[in-house]
Amino acid sequence: MRFTFDGRAMRGEPGDTLAAALLRNGVRVVGRSVELGRPRGIFTAGPEEPNALVRVGADPMLAATTVELYDGLEAWSLRGKGRVGLDAMDQVDDRRRDKGYLHCDVLVVGGGPAGLAAAVAAGRQGARVILVDERPRLGGDLLDSRVTLDGAPALDWVDGLDLPGRVLTRTTAVGYYDHNYVVAVERRARGERLWHFRARRVVLATGAHERSLAFPGNDRPGVMLASAARTYANRYGVAAGRRAVVFACADSGYEAARDLAAAGVEIVEIVDPRVAGEVVTGTTGDADGVLTGVQVGSRYLEADLLAVAGGWNPAVHLFSQSQGRVRFDEVAQAFVPGRSAQAERSAGACRGLYGTREAIEDGYAAGAEAARLAAGIEAARLAPADGGAVAPEFGVPEFDVPECDERPSRPPAALWTVEGASDEPAFADLQRDVTVADLARATGTGMRSVEHVKRYTTAGTGADQGKTSGAVVVGVMSALLGAAPGEVGTTTFRPPYTPVSFATLAGRDRGALSDPVRTTAMHEAHLALGAVFEDVGQWKRPRYFPLDGEAMEAAVLRECRAARTSVAAMDASTLGKIDIRGRDAAGFLDRIYTNLYSTLAVGACRYGVMCRADGMVFDDGTTTRLAEEHFLMTTTTGNAAAVLDWLEEWHQTEWPDLDVAFTSVTDHWATVAVAGPRARQVVAAIAPEAAGLAFMRYAATPVLGVPGRVFRISFSGELAYEVNVPWPYGRALWEAVLALGAVPYGTETMHVLRAEKGFAIVGQETDGTVTPQDLGMSWLISKRKPDFVGKRSHARPDTARSDRKHLVGLLPDDPAVLVEEGAQLVAGDGSPMLGHVTSSYASAALGRTFCLALARNVAPGDRLTAVAGGAAHPVTVVEPVFHDPENARRDGEPLTAAPPVFGGECRAESPAAAFAARFEAAGGPGVRLREVAFEPMWEVRGADPGVGLRLGPSWWLVYGNITPRAGWVDVSGQRTVLELSGPRADDVLITGCPVDLHSLPGHAQTPLGKTSVILERPAPGVYRIYVRSSFTGYLAEWLLDAIEAL
Amino acid sequence: MLLIDCPHCGPRDEDEFRYGGQAGIACPTGETTDEEWAAYVFLRDNPKGWFHERWFHAHGCRTWFTAERHTVTHEFRKAP
Repeated sequence: MRFTFDGRAMRGEPGDTLAAALLRNGVRVVGRSVELGRPRGIFTAGPEEPNALVRVGADPMLAATTVELYDGLEAWSLRGKGRVGLDAMDQVDDRRRDKGYLHCDVLVVGGGPAGLAAAVAAGRQGARVILVDERPRLGGDLLDSRVTLDGAPALDWVDGLDLPGRVLTRTTAVGYYDHNYVVAVERRARGERLWHFRARRVVLATGAHERSLAFPGNDRPGVMLASAARTYANRYGVAAGRRAVVFACADSGYEAARDLAAAGVEIVEIVDPRVAGEVVTGTTGDADGVLTGVQVGSRYLEADLLAVAGGWNPAVHLFSQSQGRVRFDEVAQAFVPGRSAQAERSAGACRGLYGTREAIEDGYAAGAEAARLAAGIEAARLAPADGGAVAPEFGVPEFDVPECDERPSRPPAALWTVEGASDEPAFADLQRDVTVADLARATGTGMRSVEHVKRYTTAGTGADQGKTSGAVVVGVMSALLGAAPGEVGTTTFRPPYTPVSFATLAGRDRGALSDPVRTTAMHEAHLALGAVFEDVGQWKRPRYFPLDGEAMEAAVLRECRAARTSVAAMDASTLGKIDIRGRDAAGFLDRIYTNLYSTLAVGACRYGVMCRADGMVFDDGTTTRLAEEHFLMTTTTGNAAAVLDWLEEWHQTEWPDLDVAFTSVTDHWATVAVAGPRARQVVAAIAPEAAGLAFMRYAATPVLGVPGRVFRISFSGELAYEVNVPWPYGRALWEAVLALGAVPYGTETMHVLRAEKGFAIVGQETDGTVTPQDLGMSWLISKRKPDFVGKRSHARPDTARSDRKHLVGLLPDDPAVLVEEGAQLVAGDGSPMLGHVTSSYASAALGRTFCLALARNVAPGDRLTAVAGGAAHPVTVVEPVFHDPENARRDGEPLTAAPPVFGGECRAESPAAAFAARFEAAGGPGVRLREVAFEPMWEVRGADPGVGLRLGPSWWLVYGNITPRAGWVDVSGQRTVLELSGPRADDVLITGCPVDLHSLPGHAQTPLGKTSVILERPAPGVYRIYVRSSFTGYLAEWLLDAIEAL
Repeated sequence: MLLIDCPHCGPRDEDEFRYGGQAGIACPTGETTDEEWAAYVFLRDNPKGWFHERWFHAHGCRTWFTAERHTVTHEFRKAP
């Protein structure tokens, strides 16, 4: 395999890590240290590597010890401090990263002897098991050693295991969060996958890291962990040097010496402080800084490899992340797991059991126990709260623990730091260049806490998070402070265990899929008209419709003129719409709104404001009484979901005795607002029976021949109608209205028109501190009702005081000046700020600019200054109604002649119609995707209809060609159905669906990607995905991306 | 990411839910002093230990329910 390092061509062997291949090519210096620029070489053979950080392709910083070599790999050394981008950002990165969600009874982290045994034992007990391991091949330490099991190579034992469930290699568990939520990164050829595991029980078999100790010159290239030198010799057939000195504070040094000797490395001497009290006191190097010799007291030994066995640190990172407490073991001289905080247990070397045989034995016990406890957890969950949960009975299984030829190991030397004669620095943290002298300086200032010393010296803050240095820092501190290591303690282990790229965290949620975009039934038509969009919540709404390169200001003036003098139309589909039914619907609305609804006549509309309990305005909109016990509430676009939540919260938690039910129909109805003195002409052509509607009246009437709803409500002061048809006909309605001469207008024009009339917008004139009274809406506060939400708060001293900010109008002295929204209002007398500008526009009707503002202690005629961005504009306070204060324009022009008859067809278009060809093309033997268009659907509340999908305790979705019963709410346009089928459908869904597909009870409501869906599995391998129609485009793109990435 | 046992849907990830704060705070009826009313609107307990609280399964069955959670360990238990 060919590869390059810093541009030099080299060759490696299949199966090499980049580090092994570099050693194979005689590379000793792989980079320079961050702070001191000292030459550094490969120090370890795993993810704990502090030195050998390299850039590989588009990945700016990877540990060479974890990079699998591939043909054509290009690696570059890193020098000094990192700089964002520069080199790596030029690289094309076409990898496909995504996520995956899996559930299991037992998750085993680590595929060494203990983890493998745990997985086998859990599987034999019938548990659903997932085993993850970071390396390409299972075996853990067995891959790197020459021990035999039952007289045969240890890997024969590994290959002979019958592993259950799912095994993920090249997968590093990086985070252990609440409730056994474990996150792992799988390195796949096409890009990394971020796995999210939810396990009933976790077995941690994460092994241990060998550690070094601090002695002068311990950072030279050629100084390496003994276990790493052994790994390179045994696993990769690479000798890390020719003449080696082994510094054996632990018996793993002897094992390394034997294996190095077997690989042809000359062992000069084994320096064991436990035997003769001798220690390595310094090193010498050549011109490049590479090791040439080792000082042992007064003796000098020529060597090009110093293999250091300082003892072992159990890899307690995940255990500690799970909030388990570690304790210092005096025999092992290491921190080991103490009390667990979650449903977890450590097994093998990660709890200090270093022998292969005892690790296997411990793994079997841990796996069997985990399976038994996982079954108990489920039994307890299903048991009643007061009933005693009974864990299922298991027989105690018998496992054959293989015989191993390992020698028993003795405790390591309690040695952390060596003072030498030379003035060479002794490093505690190689990656952060932190020396024993630095630590002494920290403790010398009086610091006693390891957390303080960490932050002062930066020890342990590198990309390796101090995996090899953490224990050394604690050991050195204990020596400096004269305290036991257990008293010094460790710093907090935080996720991720190894670095994770932002691209991997983002997965598929990038570019167009980074945040769902909601579109209306008319979106394609807006695109065709060249609309400029703005984001309102997740919706894309046309802001204005420029003609031939028109700027926004000119377009908005033109659109406003059309609405005030002729007829104009806006897509109002995004307004929230909530169907409210029940015997107590009117009474419920009386309690929620500040004004009365029980007195509203059937067929009439009323504007209302609702407050939070603190009395502040929460939302507003028009609610219409469709029938005696049936209302339709509209909400602001951004608050639709919050208002539905609000209604359900009060109903379920405060007034459960009221008979009322709520159904969102926002996506079911496509809405066009037709406004202007000539609006009646247009409406007469598309909905003849609605043209004669009185102000604030409603009619259920055919629109373009399909059942529709027309409301005569106005947000502009002009004659206006809101015309509704089911989603599939929305685009036809919009195109018909425009064909009849209505000028399309966007949200900016809507804002200007309403501001000219002094209509406040929730979220623009209000900010959660504004009462209806502040908005001049005291007329909207019912005096006849005993109570409504927020009423009592209006009598609190703060809300009742007379000097609150209230809504006013402003006219700038200069009619051409557009005051910045948010400008502060001051009087010229040096008094404090009086308020701020909430809305500011240029008005075609007024021929000048104007503002709405919230201000206190001001009255019409007052002179103020509006200050923003260094500009100060004199303004005069006026009443906040600028246009037609007598409401003379409300009824528009009468029909003068027979209205034009709309002759076009009313074509139905399903939400995913535009995707049909791409769905077809994406399909294959693994998975197919199609839209099930125009499926009739109803939501049913109350009693079980006996058909359909149960969504909640008294909530069903019924679909298909059946006759609806009374009270069913037609939601055929609210969602569309995408059918995903084929043997790999599950593989698509697990990349975005966090519920357990394995135990899906026929259907479930679940997040999918970044939207919510109903997921139904009518047959094995077939899924029907019910998605809100406005999210169809997002979900279609998401599914296509997921299928392409299979 | 907590795992919350919805009484209707079973165990689901925390981000499917909306948090509803302390449970058992009834909206006062009848005459209240300003202090009593302000306590209802603004004041909640913040214990270290077991806490009765409300959850709303917003992305599922849309049911409000009460659960007991330990604010230190995040352990849940069924509210009696």
